[in-house]
Amino acid sequence: MAAMIEVERLTKRFGPVLAVDDVSMAVARGEVLGFLGPNGAGKSTTMKMIAGFLTPTAGTARLCGHDVLAEPLAVKRRLGYLPEGAPTYPDMTVLAFLQWVASIRGFSGAEKRRRVEKAMGATSLGDVIYYPIEALSKGFKRRVGLAQALLHDPEVLVLDEPTDGLDPNQKHEVRALITAMAAEKAIVISTHILEEVEAICTRAVVIARGRLVADAAPASLAARSRWHNAVTVRVLPDQRVAAIAALARLDAVDGVEADDHPVDGLLAISALPVAGRPVEGAVRDALAAAGIAPRDLRIEKGRLDEVFRAITSGKAGTSGKAPAPTSEAA
Amino acid sequence: MHVLLAVTRRELAAYFATPVAYVFIVIFLVMLGALTFSVGSFFERGQADLAPFFTFHPWLYLLLIPAITMRLWAEERRTGTIELLLTLPVAMWQAVLGKFLAAWAFTAIALALTFPFVIVVNILGAPDNGVILAGYAGSLLIAGCYLAVGAAVSALTRNQVIAFVLATAACFVFTVFGSPVVAGFVADAVPAGVLEGARRISLIGRYDSITRGVIAVRDLVFFATFIGFWLYANAVIVELKKVG
Repeated sequence: MAAMIEVERLTKRFGPVLAVDDVSMAVARGEVLGFLGPNGAGKSTTMKMIAGFLTPTAGTARLCGHDVLAEPLAVKRRLGYLPEGAPTYPDMTVLAFLQWVASIRGFSGAEKRRRVEKAMGATSLGDVIYYPIEALSKGFKRRVGLAQALLHDPEVLVLDEPTDGLDPNQKHEVRALITAMAAEKAIVISTHILEEVEAICTRAVVIARGRLVADAAPASLAARSRWHNAVTVRVLPDQRVAAIAALARLDAVDGVEADDHPVDGLLAISALPVAGRPVEGAVRDALAAAGIAPRDLRIEKGRLDEVFRAITSGKAGTSGKAPAPTSEAA
Repeated sequence: MHVLLAVTRRELAAYFATPVAYVFIVIFLVMLGALTFSVGSFFERGQADLAPFFTFHPWLYLLLIPAITMRLWAEERRTGTIELLLTLPVAMWQAVLGKFLAAWAFTAIALALTFPFVIVVNILGAPDNGVILAGYAGSLLIAGCYLAVGAAVSALTRNQVIAFVLATAACFVFTVFGSPVVAGFVADAVPAGVLEGARRISLIGRYDSITRGVIAVRDLVFFATFIGFWLYANAVIVELKKVG
């Protein structure tokens, strides 16, 4: 399938600072691309260039085949863009603002009313339509920005931190909204929330210091973690020493990490495999030989946050203390 | 067209969404009245015309027009809404012209509210209403020139105070260029050619002749060119800022 968003060797220099350095990527219809990176890595700058707000120092971006430098209006008509911080005109009411955006987008009469109502419905703004935007909470402001981006049902969505400032329920709603739209659109979202990437993104692109450092499915990115295929068992606190010793002896196990404090009377102990190879059988056998019957046993997929830190800080993923095991891993 | 109209309407509504519009209009009318009747000796002159009234327009605009234009771009840049505006399908000329037209329409509203002066002078005597109409046209034109300069200057900064001060200074320069006072002051130091050039781009001389009822095509062309040049400069400035 032809790519709806093509980013070609995009580069942006602010004086001596190279904010975005030779970034290329393509997003096809049906894809939700998670754009990750530490603060200041160049995520927003890249998105601003795709949306035509900043002029690249070199390279270009194409949306549905239209070059943002050569045909900016054609690009802007096909793009729904939520800028960083979701700026809106504070003195306008929600309704007036969305009607204004609809007018700019060329809608009028009944079609305009329908579009505005649909966008407000999708973002649950129905209760605040007569409020001035400046009187709204951060979460509502963000949703007004989102409504504005969705209003014309664009083929391409570029959303800079769409769930920032939302409460957990609103985050869930916005993710459901994005997932529901994903099939017919090409979507790029930037976020700091890694669980969001695992929940809704089909692909993750990581940039650090302006450079693209990873472009892969979230699952295969997580598989780079040294926690990939790690086995976590829970044992009684008095079995701790014996269990660690039994697991550490295995050739297939690279390292063992254990919690210091029991949860519900049980301690979690994780065996990290060598090179991500499955070690479940070996772990079961070793524990059985040591006379330990684990209460539960699960195999980790790998941890995106650890991989994220490893590739954005430029260090290997094996140094430092691993985070406490999380409970959602299967 | 619908885009230009939408930009203009939003911008015009923004003036009235805050007290700025009302403060501006009240101050404009009060100061104009005070200047016309006291400094301008409206009654003592014993003439049924609005010459003392129109004399003060450029000088009052010098202070008040930058207050209208200072927020046009600076405010959008400060709040970040400029990113929204420039990523909607709005062409640069539509954004620039839409903002300018809104500011101009607002000035026209303020100017229209001076109609009691026209009524008063018509009650007191038999003025040449054609000349008065020409005066209003001239006033609107010089206001347009100041607005175009102010809007372009506003695009330079995110700070409204800087936008105000720079716009006042720039408009002042274009106003006093070639005025008899300045010309007499620098006549010895500056070559005659420079002085003549300065007089040609001076606004006040052309404004004076229009308010006397002399509407010359070349003056109209000059005003249109002046406004067009600054709107173009405005677009270039906004475009350059995208390069960062």
